Amino acid sequence: MSGPNTNYDPVEVTALDPAMVEQDVTDALAAIKAAVSLDELKAARIAHAGEKSPLALANREIGALPPSAKAEAGKRVGQARGRVNQALAARQTELEAERDERILVEEAMDLTLRADRRPFGRRHPITLTAERMADVMVGMGWEIAEGPGVEAEWFNFDALNFDKDHPARQMQDTFFVDPADAGVVLRTHTSPVQARALLERGAPLYVAVPGKTFRTDELDATHTPVFHQMEGLAIDEGLTMAHLKGTLDRLASELFGEGLTTRLRPAYFPFTEPSAEMDFQCFVCRGEDSACRTCGGTGWIEWGGCGMVNHNVLRACGVDPERYQGFAFGMGVERSLMFRNNLADMREMIEGDVRFNAQFGMEI
Amino acid sequence: MRVPLDWLREYAEVPAGATGVQVAADLVRVGLEEEGLHGGDIQGPLVVGRVLEMTPEKQKNGKTINWCQVDVGQANGTGEPQGIVCGAHNFAPGDLVVVILPGGVLPGNFEISARKTYGHVSAGMICSSLELGLGDDHDGIIVLTDWLGAGAEGLVPGQDAIPLLGLDRETVEVNVTPDRGYCFSIRGIAREYSHSTGAAYRDPALVRVVDGAENPLTAPGATQDGFAVELRDGSPLNGTPGCDRFVTRIVRGLDPQAPTPAWMVTRLTEAGMRPISLAVDVSNYVMLALGQPTHAYDLAKVDGPIVVRRARAGEKLTTLDDVERALDPEDLLITDGGETLLGIAGVMGGASSEVSDTTTDVLIEAAHFDPRTVARSARRHRLSTEASKRFERGVDPELAPQAAQLMVELMTELGGGTADPAVTDEGAVAPREAIGIEVSLPTRYVGVDYSPQRVREVLEEIGCRVTEASAGILSVLPPSWRPDLLTGPDLVEEVARIDGYDKIPSVVPTAPGGRGLSHAQRARRTVAAALAGQGLHEVLTYPFVGESRFADLGLGEEDQRRHAVRLANPLSDEAPLMRTELLQTLPDALRRNLARGAKDVALFEIDTVTLPDLSRRAPVPGVGVRPDDAVLEEIRAAVPHQPLHVAIVATGQADRSGWWGQGRATDVTDVVGWAHAVCDALGVAVERRQAEREPFHPGRCVELSLPDGTIIGWAGELHPKVVTALGVPERTAAAELDLDVLFTASDRRAQGAPLSNHPPAGSDIALTVSRSTSFRDLEASVRAGAGPLLESVRLFDVYRGDQIGEDQQSLAFHLVFRAPDRTLTTEEVNAARDAAVARAAKDHGAVQR
Ligand SMILES: [Zn+2]
Repeated sequence: MSGPNTNYDPVEVTALDPAMVEQDVTDALAAIKAAVSLDELKAARIAHAGEKSPLALANREIGALPPSAKAEAGKRVGQARGRVNQALAARQTELEAERDERILVEEAMDLTLRADRRPFGRRHPITLTAERMADVMVGMGWEIAEGPGVEAEWFNFDALNFDKDHPARQMQDTFFVDPADAGVVLRTHTSPVQARALLERGAPLYVAVPGKTFRTDELDATHTPVFHQMEGLAIDEGLTMAHLKGTLDRLASELFGEGLTTRLRPAYFPFTEPSAEMDFQCFVCRGEDSACRTCGGTGWIEWGGCGMVNHNVLRACGVDPERYQGFAFGMGVERSLMFRNNLADMREMIEGDVRFNAQFGMEI
Repeated sequence: MRVPLDWLREYAEVPAGATGVQVAADLVRVGLEEEGLHGGDIQGPLVVGRVLEMTPEKQKNGKTINWCQVDVGQANGTGEPQGIVCGAHNFAPGDLVVVILPGGVLPGNFEISARKTYGHVSAGMICSSLELGLGDDHDGIIVLTDWLGAGAEGLVPGQDAIPLLGLDRETVEVNVTPDRGYCFSIRGIAREYSHSTGAAYRDPALVRVVDGAENPLTAPGATQDGFAVELRDGSPLNGTPGCDRFVTRIVRGLDPQAPTPAWMVTRLTEAGMRPISLAVDVSNYVMLALGQPTHAYDLAKVDGPIVVRRARAGEKLTTLDDVERALDPEDLLITDGGETLLGIAGVMGGASSEVSDTTTDVLIEAAHFDPRTVARSARRHRLSTEASKRFERGVDPELAPQAAQLMVELMTELGGGTADPAVTDEGAVAPREAIGIEVSLPTRYVGVDYSPQRVREVLEEIGCRVTEASAGILSVLPPSWRPDLLTGPDLVEEVARIDGYDKIPSVVPTAPGGRGLSHAQRARRTVAAALAGQGLHEVLTYPFVGESRFADLGLGEEDQRRHAVRLANPLSDEAPLMRTELLQTLPDALRRNLARGAKDVALFEIDTVTLPDLSRRAPVPGVGVRPDDAVLEEIRAAVPHQPLHVAIVATGQADRSGWWGQGRATDVTDVVGWAHAVCDALGVAVERRQAEREPFHPGRCVELSLPDGTIIGWAGELHPKVVTALGVPERTAAAELDLDVLFTASDRRAQGAPLSNHPPAGSDIALTVSRSTSFRDLEASVRAGAGPLLESVRLFDVYRGDQIGEDQQSLAFHLVFRAPDRTLTTEEVNAARDAAVARAAKDHGAVQR
């Protein structure tokens, strides 16, 4: 092609004929509309907007036009290509949206059954209950103390005013470490930690002691030779049995239900004087159903023992009973769990069957 | 202690309509906990019936039943004979029997109704003693002429059988706490009942009710010619003489065949004692009534004097239960003339002087023994008797002459003899000391505002003599039956108890404010939550283990872990030791789950183990005194070290198969990962070392330690022999870590460092080294060579095969570099990578592939 031919009439050039250009656009739009897939649209793009498409070829002819004609022809072809490209883009968006939607449909999975690829484990309800009980005490400003399960006989008994010849000491069904006069036992209650804590920290003292305890009971539905207790000990100036009752009431209502209280009944323990057995109010009937199966119709459920700390315990721990006085209590963790979470058989708690744990969450 | 209500009524004014349930509730209020109710649980109509006809009918099941027509008078409302099916055969037409009619209720809440059985409508039941709770004979029904003997005369069909058989009698069983020995008697229980209810009380030690008339029970004083008794306790325990009072009486001319009267048999039986013979029964009756154990000797077999002394080394005695017992020098003995042994004081008599069915003259003993002496003898000889139970809790020392008097009266009245006027009352009871108590003490202790008048009133009500020693101070002399009342708080309890524990208000104390949980307490929860989050279940196993388990776990003879604390009285001889590792008992829980059908089981346990130092013994210095520091230290030091451990055991799939696809079996890497999860949860850096340790596979065990070398524990696959011995699935993997070590290491404040915002640059290397080079050592060289720009290194492939030498392995590492202050150039990254390779080559002869 040589230089511009000023006498050239664009209308004379077929490809640039307005009708022809319009026809190209019409063809292109039809093809774009007819494309039902991204592949077909791609083919339409090549055919109608590609390098060899009629409009591209027409565009090329513009260069040969005289300058006077170039502007008009250029505008015509440019507008035509613009329309085609717009249609292409619109269709592209449409088809892509259709495709994306289809993929989502195709990728759908049935998740109505659980996918327990790696099932969650569980903590043991006994430890969780002990922690919950401890947390109530911490909430009242107490601290949590611990002590050994294999314990010196002196801490387990004598420090707590269990005289060697007192019947109460014989009633504890104690495991003795061999030889039997070694002075070491498996602790029969968490109470030796009372003495340990008092000796180490002195008064005033507010400690709760959850822990494992041992008695030579055979395993059955309501007894296990290895069980758990939580002990509480508060020694300060001016503490009374009313404070004991208040503390127990708070613990009972936190564990078993708002507003539930406890009841004290006279009892005997060597390490407390006065002593009491404590019951918590039945959370099922609150004493209003004489046929209640949870409490046997009495309205109360036995929980543990408590009382004002015996002077001999304070003396054994180097605390002046003329200045300080206080209270102690102890209750079974298993028993609390049984009632709180409706468990009938103690054996299930100690067998380690994962189905037992799986009934509960990590907060019980 | 079983308390027949009718007996209680003799000493306390129990309201006429009071039931066992009500009496039990009254006793609970003052501290006598209910243990059970007996009797009174039958509801009529239960009537006398006369069998008119009985037709035996053979049944298909081979059993023969009797179709009976029974005359029950007007009790059924019609007067017509009652048709009843009865399976028993020990009766005949004309017999008087006991019939429960429809609507009646037998013990166990068994309601009777007319029901169709064996082709008849049986309208009621002819009762056996078992069904009525009167005995254990289930084979035959009660034939009243046999059951009541002469008492059956004049019975009329239709008559109420409940009072006839004593089925309206109720017995309340209460638990007596060890401080309240006097409640092992109806006397004591009646007194407590009176404290609880305000009912009038008659002390049976002072008054005897005979035929409705109150007669004083007056014991004659000691006479010069009483049976000789010598109290010769050469070595009292804790300075308390073994016997401080010994009363004897003599009754002669008893009829050895005289029967125990029915009323006494009933009371004894209801109180839980078996009737034996008049002398024994009267002795038991007096003990139950008053709480004073007594003993009756055959006077013909005792020469005298009675000498009470401690046993001599080597002495032996055959007690009433026909057991020959080797005596201890602490045992207090009753002897005849000092040489012939008659019994262990307060515990059990000997066989030789026993009253027999030919005894006509008896020597009655009522003595007071030291609680400690009796308690030790009872414990030493494993002889908890009715007598020892009372003496070791403390018997009223004023009671002996009264009890002897009651015994004499009952024996002569029932056995026909006469009492000698001679009376012995040897010994001297130490006088009680009065307790000084501030009258405000009960209020300060209990938190109830007791007036001084109320305090006095309560103390006097329970039998104390109260005087005002000075302003605000009371001098309180407790009654003889309350040896437990020794201190101010003891009296405070009496005030609170009698005034009522239900009056104590509820006040939450204000603690000074604690520090919350300790680090170890929080850390323990964190570890447990982390493992549960990893899919493991927490279990609690018993800490008892046997030596065979050590063998199962492959522990060598010299293994320290075999040195376990041994129990003197284990529950099972199979498991007498305290575990030294949790993995000794945790497999039991695994096996239990597998036996119950579980397949994929991952368990953990957190608890202490016991590491014994068997060389020490703990002193036991006694009550009420703070031991000195040296003794306390000795006590603490004898308690074995009990570190807190966590153990893991797992088998089955770690990643489950399911509709989502295939799963993956748990292997040792899972367990090693969980062991690391424990350390990660606590933020503790750990080092690893390939280790050989039982019970693990020698090639698949890692030892974890702190950077300073302190061992944390081990994780690995169980040794195939251990797998077989324990009966757990192949490839079961396990771990055990010392949490105390981890808690100490994690109890620090972690420090943060700024994070780089510049991009990381990765580079992979593959190094061929000898198979004897451990992953850890090679990685350490790569790290050291790569220098400070290295952010992380990860072994992502291990190749062992044909393309390299047989003893070689190719380890591919992905290295990530990053600088804190700039984007790294390719040259910098390559230089660091090459340095890593060079260091590996230098240290281990590694060749890059
Ligand atoms: Zn209830």
